[in-house]
Amino acid sequence: MHKETNRNLKENFAAIGWTLKKFFGFYPVLAPLAMFCILFSSIVSAIPSLFVQNVLSVIEKWFTTGDWAAARAEILPYIYLLIGLYVLSICSQTLETQLMAVMTQGFLDKMRREMFNDMQDLPIRYFDRRKTGDIMSFYTNDIDTMRQLVSQSLPSLIRSIAIVVAVLAIMLYFSVWMTLVLLLGVVAMFYVTKTIGGGSAKYFVKAQKATAAMEGFAQEMMNGQKVIKVFCHEEQALEDFDKVNDELRDVAFRANAFASTLGPIIGNIGNILYVTLALVGGVFILANIKNLSLSGMAFDITVLVPFLGMSRQFTGNVNQLSQQINSIVMAGAGAQRVLTLVNEEPEADNGYVTLVNVTEDADGTLHETEEHTGHWAWRHPHTDGSGITYTPLRGDVRMVNVDFSYKPEKQVLYDVSVFAEPGQKVAFVGATGAGKTTITNLINRFYDIADGKIRYDGININKIKKSDLRRSLGIVLQETNLFTGTVMENIRYGRLEATDEECIEAARLAGADDFITRLPQGYETELQNNGANLSQGQRQLIAIARAAVADPPVMILDEATSSIDTRTEAIVQRGMDKLMEGRTVFVIAHRLSTVMNSDVIMVLDHGRIIERGSHEKLIAEKGTYYQLYTGAFELE
Amino acid sequence: MIKIFLKCVREYKAPAIITLLFMVGEVLIEVLIPFYTADLVNDIKAGAPMNHVVRVGLILVVMALISLCCGAGGGYFGSKASTGFARNVRRDVFERIQRFSFENIDKFSTASLVTRLTTDINNVQMAFMMSIRIAVRAPLMFVFSIVMAYTMGGRLATTFVVVVPVLIVGLLTIAKHAMPAFRAVFRKYDRMNESIEENVRGMRVVKGFARESFEKQKFAAASGDICRDFTRAERIVALNTPLMALCMNFNMVFVLLVGAKIIVESRGAVIDVGQISAMLTYGMQILMSLMMISMIYVMMTMSFESMKRLAEVLTEEPSLSNPDAPVTEVKDGSVDFEGVSFKYDRKAQESALAGIDLHIPSGATVGILGGTGAGKSTLVQLIPRLYDVTEGRVKVGGVDVRDYDIEALRGAVSMVLQKNELFSGTIKENLRWGNPNATDEELVEACKLAQADDFVRSFPEGYDTHIEQGGTNVSGGQKQRLCIARALLKKPKILILDDSTSAVDTRTDALIRAGFKTYIPETTKIIIAQRVHSVEDADLILVMDGGRIADMGKHEELIERSPIYREVYEQQTKGGEEHA
Repeated sequence: MHKETNRNLKENFAAIGWTLKKFFGFYPVLAPLAMFCILFSSIVSAIPSLFVQNVLSVIEKWFTTGDWAAARAEILPYIYLLIGLYVLSICSQTLETQLMAVMTQGFLDKMRREMFNDMQDLPIRYFDRRKTGDIMSFYTNDIDTMRQLVSQSLPSLIRSIAIVVAVLAIMLYFSVWMTLVLLLGVVAMFYVTKTIGGGSAKYFVKAQKATAAMEGFAQEMMNGQKVIKVFCHEEQALEDFDKVNDELRDVAFRANAFASTLGPIIGNIGNILYVTLALVGGVFILANIKNLSLSGMAFDITVLVPFLGMSRQFTGNVNQLSQQINSIVMAGAGAQRVLTLVNEEPEADNGYVTLVNVTEDADGTLHETEEHTGHWAWRHPHTDGSGITYTPLRGDVRMVNVDFSYKPEKQVLYDVSVFAEPGQKVAFVGATGAGKTTITNLINRFYDIADGKIRYDGININKIKKSDLRRSLGIVLQETNLFTGTVMENIRYGRLEATDEECIEAARLAGADDFITRLPQGYETELQNNGANLSQGQRQLIAIARAAVADPPVMILDEATSSIDTRTEAIVQRGMDKLMEGRTVFVIAHRLSTVMNSDVIMVLDHGRIIERGSHEKLIAEKGTYYQLYTGAFELE
Repeated sequence: MIKIFLKCVREYKAPAIITLLFMVGEVLIEVLIPFYTADLVNDIKAGAPMNHVVRVGLILVVMALISLCCGAGGGYFGSKASTGFARNVRRDVFERIQRFSFENIDKFSTASLVTRLTTDINNVQMAFMMSIRIAVRAPLMFVFSIVMAYTMGGRLATTFVVVVPVLIVGLLTIAKHAMPAFRAVFRKYDRMNESIEENVRGMRVVKGFARESFEKQKFAAASGDICRDFTRAERIVALNTPLMALCMNFNMVFVLLVGAKIIVESRGAVIDVGQISAMLTYGMQILMSLMMISMIYVMMTMSFESMKRLAEVLTEEPSLSNPDAPVTEVKDGSVDFEGVSFKYDRKAQESALAGIDLHIPSGATVGILGGTGAGKSTLVQLIPRLYDVTEGRVKVGGVDVRDYDIEALRGAVSMVLQKNELFSGTIKENLRWGNPNATDEELVEACKLAQADDFVRSFPEGYDTHIEQGGTNVSGGQKQRLCIARALLKKPKILILDDSTSAVDTRTDALIRAGFKTYIPETTKIIIAQRVHSVEDADLILVMDGGRIADMGKHEELIERSPIYREVYEQQTKGGEEHA
């Protein structure tokens, strides 16, 4: 147990160190400057006590005579000095706080961008294994704790330490005995903090858990609110809610109570110390106890008064210090999480074959060109230095003896072989979980295969650069994802250089133009919340238009058309047919109508291809395909 | 609006008031301590007898201890009150949402309801706690300190005449400029988070189109924009610190200089050294309490937004309610639509449904086909009164649905929605939503009918298998079948399936329908489907288009009469003739 806590602590500190390094890395000049200002103004804030002592001794000297003029002459130099120091301090504080404001936000901005950029390069596997909420909390909670570390804890730490050290020095200068009394009191404060504070940490962890449970419950209930209504489950839901809610209240109360009582207790111990010092100081003076001090001065009223003020400063800052340690540990936890994101292995891409525009000579040789010719070819630089081969982009995709597992223990594809020649439509059918979606994950290199070969136009896809490979494949997935922006912008996502006309043409092909023009602002209608203001079918149509405008040689459609009614699907099919000329298409669906137009149908069962052929051939075989699809016929 | 929240204090009124009392006590003593300490210091200077000094000193220590108890007590009861308050607010909000109709729910999106239940309530709890502790403490401290300072210091207290107004004006000006800046930034911040979430959810699209660098650019622009705005706001607020320092420092200099003058000139008659020390302490207390007040102001303004959002939910009237003398028994499964039209939004131009007249006899199987947005889901949602008609009436069992007790109506009309939700818990617990008193045999029977029993048994823990939040450990088709089983457990008079077999393969779909025909022949079955074969053998088929019933009848009639139906049917059943 100890080893684990030690390791946790070590990781925690490492994360904190990393955060600080990043911060100073972003602002190599400004950050140290700000820290210096903090140091300076903190020390300056301790000095007035010296002046108070001096002024008070002057008062002592002259007050019996009532000679203000003389007294003033002696006091004014101190006052001028004090004012000078104050002016410097205020300037320093202004500079420091302005700098911190700029640097804090800048730090957040740079950190956010670094996290986001790193995240874009992560493999799909990372996202499949995590809940969105989990990933989002990097950008909300975790980065916020890092901000607190940098903008609050760090300055506060420096400030408190500086003041404590400076004040301690001055107190020792005044009187060692009194300082000792004060330190005894501080030890008592620590003891109290530890006893009460220790208990609170335990409850805070529990409170975090209870809060998370409440949030999870709320999410579920709100998402399923309509189901609750349909089943008149409201009372039951309320009962379940009460349990979670009351639990949260009880745990939160305990955690909160600890923290809320600690503050006043510590603050009031400061009060007790204040009056105790007055008492002890009085006793010292009255009993004429000899003073021990670094300055050698005697202990009298002129020392007592500033000493009382300083004790407040001292205890206040010691208190701050202990509180900051708490938040620093919390910040460390947040930083640790961010570190895991930043340290994740990015998607490895060792591909060196790229997609380029070409022109063709009369004799068929291909030349690479910068202009947009609409003719594409694979640029294959040979590793043995024998030059560059240009292979025209045709859309010939072959999988040979492919094995694959998402997790090592659970194999998902067994010895799968698929041949698709350019322009062919290949349909995958099979029960849910048979492996259809997996195959498309592999062609796209969202995941990489364990064994076997996948070739695109004869080139091993591992050799092709991932971004170029994916640009040559159009995908429409089971779950539509649209982004905030206009309909036009969403369609244009397929090909950023597409003109408005090209986008509208693609929408027409997909059959989406009709409903888009009937939207309140047509193509300029803003979509929000993943296109929440459209129906499922309409969102799918936009996704299809998006893929259409990309004009790729190979398309992968994953149960895309099953949320669209048959009528609309007919419109889409006609457009798709036109789009499919000269294109290879892989389609996954349950629908008879979708599948029946294919050149080849592959029937998958538990990761193996058990039947393949055209619709007529498979019907004649009276195998699994026949069973799956003639259920309908039999019942007539 | 505050009234709404004060109602939530309810049984925690006592702790709240106790907290206030403790706070008052603490402040009082804290303010008196410097006063008496000043006297003590003067006594010491004047050389008073030791035992007098010790006695006064001990009294002060006791006072400080009492202040400690008050402070701790205030903290303790403050926590009790604020966590209890938060619990009540949460409960009130959740309870009201339970009473919402579909229409009310549509008004607030699901995501915003979750934020309101979590983040917004946390903000309001924080505001409440700050209010009963600091919002009372700080002004009291301010007032008492000023009173003591004047009482004790006389002319010396004139420093506050200068310093306090300067600080107040300064703080207010800063707040006035900073607040709107912050408000604007928070909105942008929310949008930025939304776009990050979109990016995460849509990563397959991003990678599929190789748009990683595009996304990076987009984000850099958004993030940089927020950075600029936020920095401006923070820099304004940062002026608080030097302002405060200026005031405190002025105070110090003034007290020293003027205090010295008064003491020397009056030879210690008016005030003495002890008072200087007290004045310095009071000065600090006064200025600190002003700072606290401004902090509270900021915090309250930020939670004001949250309070508004919660008040919106708490004041929303549920649009569906039980009639006065509700009918509690549903006679049979017949359904009638008489001159029905419906709009989702009263102010909308177009109706989602218009001119619907329909009679469905009890026990019939009805199929509904139509394009996207034709009105199929809308139509069936009127039957269990999930929405109320805009015109006309819907009758079930011969009685207008609005005259039924809602629970009785929904008990008799069972619906499987398009979006299927299962909840975290075992399969058995999920199924029992249909009927909390169902026996295990009844559960199995329902699952057999929905063709779910087989796959449930294939799980290692069978019916006790735990379903994760959102039902992520079962496939789409399995979810749909469990939802059908759940609906069947109600033993309803009317069963409505809204495209509930879209993820189920054709063969299973056929088995389910066959099972319905055999085992629940008296139940009226209304099936919305995309596949013609799902509804081919229905007693009545409705073809919907643009919110109206374009045609209705049996399959044979429609093949003859309806071009839409014919087109769909042929599209779905013809063989590969079209394909070369």
